Amino acid sequence: MKILVPIKRVFDPYAKVTVAADGLSLEALGAKFEINPFDEIAMEAAVQIREATGSVEIIAVSIGGSEGEEQLRKALAMGADSAILVETNDPLDSRVVAAELEALVRELSPDIVLMGKLATDGEGNQTGPRLAARLGWPQATLLSSLSIVGGVAKVRRETDLGEEAVELNLPAVLTTDLRLNEPRYIALPGIIKARSKPLERRARATSIQPHSVTVGYASAPTRPAGQRVNSVSELVAGLNARGAI
Amino acid sequence: MPKILLITFGPSEAAVASGFVAKLGGDVTVLALAATGPSAYNVLDAGFSEIPPSDTISTGVADIARDYDYVAAVSSLAAKDLLARLAGHLDWPLVNDVTAISGTKEFQHPVAAGAAVETVRVAGDGVILTFRPAAFPGSPAGGVGTTEAISLAVSSGSRRTEAAAKSGTRPDLAQAKVIVSGGRPLQTADKFEQIIGGLADALGGAVGATRAAVDSGIASNELQVGQTGKIVAPDLYIAAGISGSTQHLAGIKDSKVIVAINKDPGAPIFEVADFGLVADLFEAVPELTAQIRQRAVAQ
Ligand SMILES: Cc1cc2nc3c(=O)[nH]c(=O)nc-3n(C[C@H](O)[C@H](O)[C@H](O)COP(=O)(O)OP(=O)(O)OC[C@H]3O[C@@H](n4cnc5c(N)ncnc54)[C@H](O)[C@@H]3O)c2cc1C
Repeated sequence: MKILVPIKRVFDPYAKVTVAADGLSLEALGAKFEINPFDEIAMEAAVQIREATGSVEIIAVSIGGSEGEEQLRKALAMGADSAILVETNDPLDSRVVAAELEALVRELSPDIVLMGKLATDGEGNQTGPRLAARLGWPQATLLSSLSIVGGVAKVRRETDLGEEAVELNLPAVLTTDLRLNEPRYIALPGIIKARSKPLERRARATSIQPHSVTVGYASAPTRPAGQRVNSVSELVAGLNARGAI
Repeated sequence: MPKILLITFGPSEAAVASGFVAKLGGDVTVLALAATGPSAYNVLDAGFSEIPPSDTISTGVADIARDYDYVAAVSSLAAKDLLARLAGHLDWPLVNDVTAISGTKEFQHPVAAGAAVETVRVAGDGVILTFRPAAFPGSPAGGVGTTEAISLAVSSGSRRTEAAAKSGTRPDLAQAKVIVSGGRPLQTADKFEQIIGGLADALGGAVGATRAAVDSGIASNELQVGQTGKIVAPDLYIAAGISGSTQHLAGIKDSKVIVAINKDPGAPIFEVADFGLVADLFEAVPELTAQIRQRAVAQ
């Protein structure tokens, strides 16, 4: 079995993100870049499938600037067998990324594309299902559990009401939610070993243009400062005066 | 006039969408996936008792959506799942969680866990949007539209083997006027239910939780509020034993009044709270519950 895991490079999700002075980009001063946490969960899930079922080839792929190598090296250290960096400085949106992933899928024929439900920076929330539609493959998003039994993915996924169980024939596109697993800690030997694993750099396969562009960013509106109350009675009186209870 | 297809997943969505569609401007048709009552808009009623998985209905929905200028839905997990696949079929742009409209093809939505608001300009024949109704207040549209039963094609794809069931009788987080949420320090499911659930019941409200509370197994996952949980906008949000991480705050910023009860005076939750009480929640919350119940008796 072959699993393709797309990896996005994002700001450390715990860093304080602010709008750059020109209003055209986001910055997180002094923050490191990380694998998008949902993609890291996807990597972990792929490794767990290999541990449970035996022979599984895991290919990590990232689309973007050359600095994405850092995150692909980490994916290799987590257990990917090889990595592909589709190197480009073109503006990207989920349309372009889905089209590039589609080209890779048609070339590599994975059984599963296992990816994050969203990236914590742009919060586009759409690349997985977009890719699934382009391929005409079934999809299951927001997974909280996953097992592969005889060519069928048995998953539980988060819904507005709670959790549901779904089965899908492979090939399929699956997206991860936070509860799926806790990505493993990578020890130094793994990082050193990953340096010798194959990482291929290549150019884009399509010339598809983005159909959504960022006009600019504004800081999120802040709430006016509130008041401290010293007791529960004072709180009840305050809420009452505001008509909140 | 542009044509808007409003896809609804539940009976109350068409009514809460009125402010948004009025702002967008256009001729509205509702595609009701779940059975729904009469509406101010013309309705195409697919009438599923249980909405099938997105990948089995997306091509059928795409065949209808193709003729519209905008396809929109109230933000929810179900809406994002289906509309993102629709965006793939139609090759149209999709902007999720829209909170403002600044042009026929220009929309704002929060990014980076609510740290910033991005303005996105889209190009193409049609545009797909999910939106947060709290950002578009409006009174329900008047009149009664027509209802046409349609049969939406269902193709093969993923198979649901167990449906999610709503548990309990408390209101849904998405619609609740009052929400009481608890965090990690509640320690056990019993204490969580007794202390947080107790105050919620006294106020007739819903219960919410942080991811830390859900992860430690003391609250069920559909109660999670925040960037990766539910985005809520009640009149009153009470946070007890919640530190106020950016990811949690991303889900509560549209609340009218926020109350924080935390024993650490430096907890970031106090920066967004209208009323902050530095106290041990195990004392303060039961006392608050008692005072609320007393008021109810007195009235
Ligand atoms: C990608 C990503 C997505 C995330 N999405 C979400 C999300 O959607 N929702 C979410 O909530 N989190 C989310 N998180 C997690 C988030 O970063 C925090 O870890 C989490 O919100 C913390 O939960 P908490 O406030 O319950 O716990 P803590 O941070 O441990 O805070 C507990 C608070 O309780 C106070 N306290 C302790 N004892 C008492 C007492 N007896 N009385 C009163 N106060 C007390 C403490 O002072 C502290 O402030 C996400 C994280 C990541 C990386």
